[in-house]
Amino acid sequence: MEISNVTKEYLAKLFSQQKRFDGRSLLEFRDIHVSTEVSNKAEGSARVKLGNTEVVVGVKLGTDAPYPDSPDKGNLMCTGELLPLASPAFESGPPSFRAIELGRLVDRAIRASGMIDLSKLVITPGEKVWTIYIDIYPINDDGNLIDAANIGAVIALKTAKMPKIDENGKIDYENRKGSLPILEDNFPLAFSFFKLGDSIIVDPTREEEEAAEARVTFGLSKFNKHHIVNSCQKIGKITFTKEEIEKMMDILPDKFDKLSEKLKKVL
Amino acid sequence: MTKEFKRLDGRKYNELRKMTAKVGIIPNADGSALFAFGNTIAIAAVYGPRKLHPQHMQDPSTGVLRCNYDLLSFSVEDRKKPGPSRRSQEISKVTGWSLEPVIDLEAFPNTVIDVQIYILQADAGTRTAGINAASMALAHAGIPMKDLVCSVAVGKLDKDFVVDLTKEEEDFEDGEGATDFAMAKLANSDEFSLLQMDGKISPERIKELLNLVSESSKEIYEVQKKALKEAITHE
Amino acid sequence: MKKEIEQAHEALEYDPNASVKRKAVVPGEIIVEGEDYLPGEGTKRQGENVISTRLGLAEEAGRVVRVIPIFGAFIPRKNNVVIGRIIDITFNGWLVDIDSASNSFLPIDEVPHFINKNEMDQFLDIGDIIAAKIWSIKSKGIDLALKGKGLGRLEGGFIFRIIPSRVPRVIGREGSMINLIKEKTGCNITVGQNGWIWISGTSVENEIKARRAIEFVSEKVHVNGLTEKVEEWFQENEK
Repeated sequence: MEISNVTKEYLAKLFSQQKRFDGRSLLEFRDIHVSTEVSNKAEGSARVKLGNTEVVVGVKLGTDAPYPDSPDKGNLMCTGELLPLASPAFESGPPSFRAIELGRLVDRAIRASGMIDLSKLVITPGEKVWTIYIDIYPINDDGNLIDAANIGAVIALKTAKMPKIDENGKIDYENRKGSLPILEDNFPLAFSFFKLGDSIIVDPTREEEEAAEARVTFGLSKFNKHHIVNSCQKIGKITFTKEEIEKMMDILPDKFDKLSEKLKKVL
Repeated sequence: MTKEFKRLDGRKYNELRKMTAKVGIIPNADGSALFAFGNTIAIAAVYGPRKLHPQHMQDPSTGVLRCNYDLLSFSVEDRKKPGPSRRSQEISKVTGWSLEPVIDLEAFPNTVIDVQIYILQADAGTRTAGINAASMALAHAGIPMKDLVCSVAVGKLDKDFVVDLTKEEEDFEDGEGATDFAMAKLANSDEFSLLQMDGKISPERIKELLNLVSESSKEIYEVQKKALKEAITHE
Repeated sequence: MKKEIEQAHEALEYDPNASVKRKAVVPGEIIVEGEDYLPGEGTKRQGENVISTRLGLAEEAGRVVRVIPIFGAFIPRKNNVVIGRIIDITFNGWLVDIDSASNSFLPIDEVPHFINKNEMDQFLDIGDIIAAKIWSIKSKGIDLALKGKGLGRLEGGFIFRIIPSRVPRVIGREGSMINLIKEKTGCNITVGQNGWIWISGTSVENEIKARRAIEFVSEKVHVNGLTEKVEEWFQENEK
C-alpha cells in the first residue's frame, strides 16, 4: 500500500521532535554487516546489510575494445537492477528510473574518485582492454539502497582478484591472482540525505524513504587526508536550503571517517 | 549396472551434494527461501496472491502463477548480461509448470502469485535448486498447497548413473557422454511435474532414473521440511 | 459435518495461552490417520488420512483437525474490519486499497451521512485512511461500508503493517491482548484484519511503545503464556 497522508504527517512530526520509530537519531545509521564471496564465479563480490536492507554486488572482468575517446584506458560499467524479488513495489520489465539511477550514481562516485586506475587495464593499446563490470542487486529493500550499494561495490572491488589472459588470448578465470589496479587508501562512499518537512535524515527505512520529499546523495572519498566530494545528485520536488547544504558539508567528513574506519576492518 | 565408480568430487553415484536450506531470507516478500546443492545457490521470493496488472490479464475463473527464473550476472564465469535470455525464459516456464500442480489456483480468481527465482552462484542444477527454493517459499507465503515439490537432476556419465550432476559432470564427453535429466516430483506421491533432458538413454534406463529421483526426493523433502519448521519455531 | 467443523473452530479461538498440543506441519504432511477425523481449516482429506495444506501448527479439537496458518496473505471475509487507503474518487464512491488481491470500493451510499457528489473529496480524499467493514465480496471486487462503531476516516496517528495471519493473536481471546496494550499505552488502536493497524494516542512515546508492543506480539508464534510475556515487556520498557 502506498504511504498514507497520516503516516507521512506523523513521520514529519516525529522527525521535527528528533525522533524515529526505531529509536535512532536523525543522522544515525543502522547496524551494518558486510560479507564477501557471495559467488565464487565473481572476481569479487560483497553482501551488505544495512538494518533490513540487503544488497549484493558482484564484480566481473571481461575484455572489450576500448571506448573511442579513451583508447589507453580500460572500461568501467556499473549496472543496478531492482529485482522484483526485493520489494512488492518492484516490477519486471525495462529498468525504472530508480534502477538506472542506482547504477549511475555508484558508477560516478567510484569513477570520479579515481579509485580504479583504468590506465592499468590495457591489454593491447587501442585494441583490447579489460572491462570491469559492477552489478548491483538489492535483495531486500528497506530503504537507502544507494548508500548500501556503494559500500558493496567498493568492498567487491577491493577484494576482487584479476583473471589472466592465456596464450590464446582467452580469459582464464580459474587462475585469478592479484588485486585490481586500485589505490589502496581510497574508499569512495555515498551519503544520501533525505528531507521531509524541515527535517533532514540519513539511512531511512523504506517507510521513511517513501515519506521523504527530496533526496541529495554525495559521493565522497579521501585523498592525502583531504576529503573530496566526487559526485552529487538531487532528486525530488522540494528544495534544500543553503543552510541545510552547508550543514551537510559540515557533517560529511566525520560521517565518512567513521564509516570507512568500520569498513576497513572488514577487509 | 552401476559398479563402484569414482566421481570427481568423491561422491557415490546416488549421493546428493551437501544441501543448504533457509526460509525467510527476504523480509519484504510474503514467502522466501534459499536452497543450495553444493556450490549452486538459488534464492526465491513469493509475492501473492496479489492483484494482477494489467487488468485484462486477470482470469475470473482462476488465479495465475507467474514464475520468473534468472541468473545474476556474476553467478557464472562469463558475465551474463542483465535481462532475460531465451534459456531463462524457458526455465521460467517449465519451473512454473513444475509448481502449479500443488497449488489450487482456482481458489484465488483474478489474482497472481509471483514466484521470483535468482541464482547467486551456478554449478549445474540451477533449475532444480530454484524449484526446491520456490517450493519452500510458496509454503512460507502461506499459499495453500497439497504437497511440496522436490527437484533434482539425475543422469548418466557414459554408462554410469549419477545423481545431482556438477557442471564438470555435465560437460563429460567420454563414451556416451553426459545425459542430464532434470526432474521434479511431488514429495508424497509418485507424480512428476518436471521432466527435461538431453543426452542418450534407453527407455528402460529412464525407468531406473525415476526410482533414483524418488529416493533422492526423500532426502530433499527432509531438508525442506526442517527449514520450514524452523521458520515457525524461531519466530 | 460442516456444522461440527464450524463449531469446533468457534470453540477453538486461537488462544496462545491455552496449553493445547500443537505440532508444526508443512503442506502435504499427514497430520492424523483415520476416517474418524474431520478435516478442518488448513487441511484436507487424502484417502484415510488428513493432510495439511498449509505451513502452520496442527491441532485437534475433538474429531476436527485444523492447521493454524502462521504465514499468509489476507483472505477477505464478510464483516472483516480493514484499514484502507483511498486511491481514487469516482462518480459514486471511492476506490480503496486494502492491500489485498481484490479491488475494493466504498459506495457513496454506504457512508453514515449524506455526501454531495461535488464534495466527495472533502469527505475522503486520495491518500486518506479509513477503517471500514467488508460488506460484500463479489467476483469483481469487494464492497466496503462505513456504517458502524469506530469506522470512518482516521485522523492523526499513523498506520503500519503486520503479517495478516498474526492479527488474531494481536487481538487475543475476546480482545484481551489488544485491550492490554491499549490500557498500558492509553492509545486508540484499530486493528484491521488485513494486517494494517492504526495507532493514535496522547504522546509520541506512548504511540511508539504501542507499535513496538504490537510488533513484539506479532513476532511471537509459539509462546505459551504470551500475556505474561507482554506484561514483562511493558515493565522492561517503562520509559
